[in-house]
Amino acid sequence: MKNRFLLTACLVMASLLSFTTANAKDLRLAYDADPVTLDIHEQLSGGMLQLAHMSFDPLIRWTKDLAFENRLATSYKRLNPTTVRFNLRKGVKFHSGNPMTAADFKWTFDRLKVSPDFKGIFTNFTELNVIDDHTIDLVTSGPYPLVLHTSTYIFPMDSKFYTGTDANGNDKGAIVKNGASFASTNMSGTGPFKITSREQGIKIVFERFDGYWDKKSPGNVDRIIFTPIKDEQTRVAALLSGDVDFIAPVSPNDFGQIKAASNAELITLPGTRIITLQMNQKRKKELQDQRVRMAIVHAVNNDAIVKKIMKGFATTAGQMSPAGYLGYNPKLKPRFDLKLAKQLMKDAGYEDGFSVTMMAPNNRYVNDDKIAQAVAAMLSKINIKVDLQTMPKAQYWPAFDDRAADIMMIGWHSDTEDSANFYEFLAMTPDQSTGMGVYNSGNYSSDYVDTTTMAANRETDSAKRAEMLQAIEAKIYQDAGFIPLHWQNLAWAARKGVDVDPIVNALNFPYLGDLVVQ
Amino acid sequence: MAQFLLKRLLQVILVMFVISAFCFGIQDSLGDPTRELAAMSMSDEERENLRDTLGLNDPLLVQYGRFVARAAQGDLGNSYFFKEPALTVILKKLPATLELAFVASIIIITISIPLGVFCAIRPRHWFAKLTMAVSVIGISIPVFLTALGLIFIFSITLGWMPSFGRGEIVHVWGYWSTNFVSVDGIAHIIMPSIALSSIMLPLFIRLVRAEMLEVLSSEYVKFARAKGLGSLTVYFKHALKNTMLPVITVGGVQIGIMVAYTILTESVFQWPGMGFMFLEAVNRSDIPLITAYIMFVGFLFVIVNTLVDLLYGLVNPMVDLVSGK
Repeated sequence: MKNRFLLTACLVMASLLSFTTANAKDLRLAYDADPVTLDIHEQLSGGMLQLAHMSFDPLIRWTKDLAFENRLATSYKRLNPTTVRFNLRKGVKFHSGNPMTAADFKWTFDRLKVSPDFKGIFTNFTELNVIDDHTIDLVTSGPYPLVLHTSTYIFPMDSKFYTGTDANGNDKGAIVKNGASFASTNMSGTGPFKITSREQGIKIVFERFDGYWDKKSPGNVDRIIFTPIKDEQTRVAALLSGDVDFIAPVSPNDFGQIKAASNAELITLPGTRIITLQMNQKRKKELQDQRVRMAIVHAVNNDAIVKKIMKGFATTAGQMSPAGYLGYNPKLKPRFDLKLAKQLMKDAGYEDGFSVTMMAPNNRYVNDDKIAQAVAAMLSKINIKVDLQTMPKAQYWPAFDDRAADIMMIGWHSDTEDSANFYEFLAMTPDQSTGMGVYNSGNYSSDYVDTTTMAANRETDSAKRAEMLQAIEAKIYQDAGFIPLHWQNLAWAARKGVDVDPIVNALNFPYLGDLVVQ
Repeated sequence: MAQFLLKRLLQVILVMFVISAFCFGIQDSLGDPTRELAAMSMSDEERENLRDTLGLNDPLLVQYGRFVARAAQGDLGNSYFFKEPALTVILKKLPATLELAFVASIIIITISIPLGVFCAIRPRHWFAKLTMAVSVIGISIPVFLTALGLIFIFSITLGWMPSFGRGEIVHVWGYWSTNFVSVDGIAHIIMPSIALSSIMLPLFIRLVRAEMLEVLSSEYVKFARAKGLGSLTVYFKHALKNTMLPVITVGGVQIGIMVAYTILTESVFQWPGMGFMFLEAVNRSDIPLITAYIMFVGFLFVIVNTLVDLLYGLVNPMVDLVSGK
């Protein structure tokens, strides 16, 4: 009798416990790495922007179809060619309880201008003027078409919270890359989630912020338990065994397993990161000949790479700008024509070919080393003998800086989600003084590309600007300035009942504040 | 004894010097840490500034001099990623690794001794043959394959076991939080420790068997049998005791090695221990942490070797520790 009573009591307790856990919505999230710091201006990376979108809010943000959506701005308009006025949302509070005002934007803007990682994006901006508590003006040095694009990077930080000195007498607002700082271990933003506990490399617990301004958000997640799981197979196993609810990134090798599982779903989107190979004209005189570069571009069957190596998890590219970008030129199709390639080699006088060195990373992009091997094999068809070396990214980037091979791989994602960024870093003539062409290891150089890119950066009429950017794309295509491979797709996987589809985007920071979990 | 310990202390210092010099020598091929610390689009000028603040632009000898001066005061530098003293990071990760190695050792000891003894006593029994065959296969399966197999069977298919991490851990003292107190913690440690023990287990079974066979063919065992002692007494009182001597020696060193070799197991199971930390540090070119880890492991090896030597001296008084004869 007594035993039966105990048993009933236990059952009641157990059902109560399961009831409470079913009510509070937890999301167990597993990414390949956790944020290095809590200071959103310390490092410009996908992981940090993901964190910014969880615990802070931007002025405006990108929607799934690459349009703008108001967040902390309620409206904006261009006052004159160099000034854009933003009206700010009222009644927004930081996690600390401080109200958000225009002064926080001013403080944040000034901090961005000195952040080593972010100042590059804000070069064209001269100042942020406070008009009143809820109105700001963003001023650029000349007419600048990317004011809105750049505004997606302005996540106001709680200026009162970050002002003053910490226990060690250091400035709370300091950006410190090589050590701990107040801002790297403390946080106060306006975002949907605040951090309640953090063990670096092990776990971060986020809790929904009671005072969050966006009451219309459908999001119903109360708590996010963020765990880094480095090994991609373990990450998938954790999802399939029900230990986590949502994982990213997902490797194409695991797609089959996830699709076959009854308890999980795979979500993919076309991405905007271009994977390319650059042909160094300075190191190798043969590559100075446009016909040779053209032959190489025609010899690389990038469609086959997408199908066989990427298993369809990429979009074959003929240019840098992905569809949806202003510079995307629909006329520029991927080229593969082995016969023409052989003819071009013959015309250039290299029928017997030559040998080149090639380098690629083996842990940076999806299947990077396999892609490089495939390209090397394809080039042997036009008698170009490739001496290929692949290496971990830690060793690859110093080699890239040294331009250590004739052909080098690089992938690029435009920080501004705009075509000009590709040209500035990958296609413009390398110039130490202006900082252009930093990642143009091929030393491709065209006056037309250089001047038109700079002109496009001052053109605020987007129709005219699109024309200019597409013309640049066509010029590089004609010159065979680089070997385009593909745009890497994005993939996430979640257990059934986690409605991921509406919150993901091509920028790869899911808006977790709006996530609905059943 | 004091002389022996002093000698070992000098050895430790020498080993530390050699290791640290080696780490500095290969520093350039460990990669550029600014790549992991900053955005791709950061300007060259800013990158140089960052390298300056990290002290990476100084001549290697200057950097090494600075490192040695600080190391003498117990400061091995700050980890770029964890933003904490490298030694603190290692000490925080150490308990997870030690607990894992501890459970793996228990598994190895409790399985290898009975099986090894059985295989020696009944070499022609089908079970002994099976054990030997399986142990050959066991030696040749890589750890990560064993680990993934375990995850596939027990986590994904059957859903019995958690697939990653340490689960619920309870804080004990200092940096030490333990898996052994909660059910969840114990459930989390089972599969990683089985995977880790799978490398050494076949080796130990074979070692115990070989030693036991040798002892069984020795004169005094034959004499004990001739005296008419029962076989159990012969096997367990006379033979097993002498079998264990070499097993302890080899075992001590092997378990020391195991602590350093948890890298694969830890990375498959996302076990937040030293091995996984080291792998990540290499990926991130976290040079101070890499250097500190290698020095720490070197230190550990010297300590384990010293302990084994001391133990040997205790068990066998004929060993002269000082002259090594």
